[in-house]
Amino acid sequence: MTQNYRDLVAAAKLEIREIEPVDLENRLGEVTVLDIREADEFEQGAIPGAVFAPRGLLESSVGAHLKLHDQEVVLYCAGGARSALAAKTLQDMGYTNVWSLEGGFTRWKRDGLPWKTPETLTSDQRARYSRHILLPELGEEGQVELLESKVLLIGAGGLGSPAAIYLAAAGVGTIGIVDFDVVDASNLQRQVLHNLDRLGQSKVESARETLTALNPDVKVEPHNVRLSADNVLEILAGYDVIVDGGDNFPTRYLVNDASLHLKTPVVHGSIFRFEGQVSVFDPYVGPCYRCQYPEPPPPELAPSCAEAGVLGVLPGIIGSIQAVETIKLILGIGETLVGRLLTYDALTQEFLNLRIRRDPGCPACGDESRPPRIVEYDATCAYPGSVTRS
Amino acid sequence: MPATVRIPTSLRTLTDGSASVEVQPGKLTQLLDDLALRYPDLGARLLEDGKPRRFVNIFVAEDDIRFLDGVDTPVNDGQVVTILPAVAGG
Repeated sequence: MTQNYRDLVAAAKLEIREIEPVDLENRLGEVTVLDIREADEFEQGAIPGAVFAPRGLLESSVGAHLKLHDQEVVLYCAGGARSALAAKTLQDMGYTNVWSLEGGFTRWKRDGLPWKTPETLTSDQRARYSRHILLPELGEEGQVELLESKVLLIGAGGLGSPAAIYLAAAGVGTIGIVDFDVVDASNLQRQVLHNLDRLGQSKVESARETLTALNPDVKVEPHNVRLSADNVLEILAGYDVIVDGGDNFPTRYLVNDASLHLKTPVVHGSIFRFEGQVSVFDPYVGPCYRCQYPEPPPPELAPSCAEAGVLGVLPGIIGSIQAVETIKLILGIGETLVGRLLTYDALTQEFLNLRIRRDPGCPACGDESRPPRIVEYDATCAYPGSVTRS
Repeated sequence: MPATVRIPTSLRTLTDGSASVEVQPGKLTQLLDDLALRYPDLGARLLEDGKPRRFVNIFVAEDDIRFLDGVDTPVNDGQVVTILPAVAGG
């Protein structure tokens, strides 16, 4: 006996459950919604929050979308036929809470329910970011989020170099870089953004050349200035995440103060000889830099890398961890280093995960309505007092 | 079994290069006094009137003593005390 398409769909519908569009709309956000149509259909409009999972790959990709076999999932296509067949397949695979959207996306739109045109990737981007897209935690939506994100790097030096390179490779769409220095031969032992041809060139320009050659999707915003009380709020505003790879205490306290005004998370990295520290200071969520370090050490105990030396690979490790934390913050995945200080000792190959806490008495972040006054710090970095939030 | 105090790189010039120092378990304040006796320069750098200076963070096991009992925090056999000043390099 032969069966045609119509017979197959009718047979499938006898064995699966269907859901009315309005009932699905009431449950959006609670159930997983898989759009099983082809890419060109999905790109022209889809149910908000639906995940693109074309039917041709459904059997192999479903495990990435559904963690549990009893997870509630609604499949939809254009008219409800392909999704009925796909629902039958998922049931055959052991998924027990599968529905097919009655009438599909056509009926959904006809019923006046909300839909949107998803931001999607070009075919070149699908190829470039394919290893990201394969990760269930990212997928195409996560990659789009990265492409739409804006990250500011403080410093294009030891820490800024690996952070910038990995963030650009990952497809962070806008990367701002603040640095007023020029490339020097002594930088090249660790600052992998730069090279011999760029000696004497501004670091932000050298960084822009390296990053755009690596990934033309990235828009680099060079800020060839010294960060100061006069420009810090203006420069930091509009970025989603700040990556602090500065090389002095006054700048670090200044960045902390500005981040409290703007409520922008700071991914902190700092290095000395063979040791590094990384944390995420998320304003008013976890501790700030001043909670952890109410004041800097006296200068004789805190010589710079120029005076004390630094292992060239060390910022490669610490800056890369900063890049990881930045991506987690953008995507909202995993557990970030908010409330933890990760220390690394290259000589002993030891990481320590130290617990740090927001200090309720912190002059800088203790009172959310009174952020710090923005001032030019001297070496003591003494707290300058607060202002009332406008 | 003694407790161990980890000395950060930036302070090792004050401990004759030692990266860690073994001390008798007890209250943290006793450990720090013990450390200051053996390394007077380190003691002067870390402590003011027997209390850690504000730029110094001290962790017993993995917790900041500011959120435990400060210098009265007990340090048990085999526990590790980490002294951590801020570093600025980038």
